[in-house]
Amino acid sequence: MWNPGDDIVEVQRTPAPGAARSTWRTFRETVRGLKTTFGRLVEGPVTVQYPEEKTPVYPRFRGRHKLHRFEDSDPTHPGLEKCVGCSLCAAACPADCIRVVAAENTPEHRVSAGERYAAVYEINLSRCIFCGYCEVACPFDAITMGHDYELSDYDRTDLIFTKEMLLAEPLERTPLRNEGE
Amino acid sequence: MTTLATVGYYEEWWIQILKALIIFAVALGILPMIIIYERKLLGRFQSRYGPNRVGPFGLLQPLAEVIKFATKEPFRPSTSVGALFRLAPVISMLTAVAAFALIPFGDVQNIFGTPVGLYGIDVSIGPLYLFAFGAIAFYGIMLGGWSSGSKYSFLGAMRGAAQLISYEVSQGLALVGVIMTAQTLSLTGIVGAQKGMWYIVPQFFGFLIFLTAGFAETNRTPFDLTEADAELVGGYFTEYGGMGWISFMFAEYLNMMVVAGIVTTVFLGGWLMPFGIHPPGWVDPFVVLAKMFLLITFFIWIRATLPRLRYDQLMSFGWKVLLPLATLNALVTAVLVVVTH
Repeated sequence: MWNPGDDIVEVQRTPAPGAARSTWRTFRETVRGLKTTFGRLVEGPVTVQYPEEKTPVYPRFRGRHKLHRFEDSDPTHPGLEKCVGCSLCAAACPADCIRVVAAENTPEHRVSAGERYAAVYEINLSRCIFCGYCEVACPFDAITMGHDYELSDYDRTDLIFTKEMLLAEPLERTPLRNEGE
Repeated sequence: MTTLATVGYYEEWWIQILKALIIFAVALGILPMIIIYERKLLGRFQSRYGPNRVGPFGLLQPLAEVIKFATKEPFRPSTSVGALFRLAPVISMLTAVAAFALIPFGDVQNIFGTPVGLYGIDVSIGPLYLFAFGAIAFYGIMLGGWSSGSKYSFLGAMRGAAQLISYEVSQGLALVGVIMTAQTLSLTGIVGAQKGMWYIVPQFFGFLIFLTAGFAETNRTPFDLTEADAELVGGYFTEYGGMGWISFMFAEYLNMMVVAGIVTTVFLGGWLMPFGIHPPGWVDPFVVLAKMFLLITFFIWIRATLPRLRYDQLMSFGWKVLLPLATLNALVTAVLVVVTH
């Protein structure tokens, strides 16, 4: 036979019906409950009015990816891309949502700092699980996870982000949490 | 000693019709305000805002909902009994409005040279009228639940029936104490008898019993077993939608106002102000409304606090606790009245 051992938990029983004492206890507990709810009324709501107000994200929050360029002194001429098209991110991706097609850099057409560059770089965000392995796999810090998480769209094909979209400076729609917040 | 059946002041027939229209308009005008007030306040009690999207501060929410319900298709289940299914919400609504007519918002005032009582009717049998209509309101619930042809509705209606019968007794006995003290059954007379002291002081236990039974009568938490959304979907109006549903809802809130109004009249001195302040006659309705407003706030507070009782707890509380207490209250009052007179 099963022996409950020391796992028996003593539970306070609800007032047994019919007794005057239990009525008094119920009344007392009711007053206590009323006090509790009134405390919430005084404290005010804790709701975050989402589309208007946003909870700030932490700096290491893994949102939508960003591709990076080398910073360049000439503002009219953007710097070379950091991505060299090595496809390590695609290899690391557990959801298999990154597609990279590499091409050779030529002296006339130099896109990245390495030998090759990513001619096609697509991330299918409808598949991405935001694990951040691509960021870890990248030897050149070319891809990082950003803070944007408002990614819904009307069409699945619109969720395939191309290289231009990932390179573009993202709309900072998400407030960042300051230190100590 | 005054006779028990003192007949109040009756107006011309056209004034009575006018008063009926005004009461109906006021009742239906206050209802959406109560509904939005309840939802906002309930939200605050639960650390949230409540509806705040429609209109400024969400104040147009009830309007949006009424439009939504009014434009819904009137639907009934194939197992329902057609005529009764349509009749039930009407009965609920009708009895609630009829009971609302009883609440005195002020004494007889001189409006443009015509003496008009600021109440629907001042019957010489006030509380009996109230309980009569309360009993008919139970037909609304019963017919609604039974004619739906659904087990959930039927269970809700059966619970409602048992609950109403159990708690009406205690409610009536709680009023007996007041009636004996005031020596009149007319509600304006009861208010008049409270000139020296509101009945909440000498009849405090009567007040508590009446209020508790009032929660049960209006099917509010913690006695909302007729609805019991978690077990019975929606209780006796599970199968209703659109205007049928909203009629039940309005009747429920109107009943809440009736209970608040009766408690105001009977225990809180009606239109009388404390500390011997005597404002002009036109202030009286606002005094009554303010007191009702406070009581409704308390109703909402209770709803935000207490969980629903189990059915056997409800029954044993009604019969084993509330009824003996109400009887004792009436008995002690009777002895005291005889001794002091």
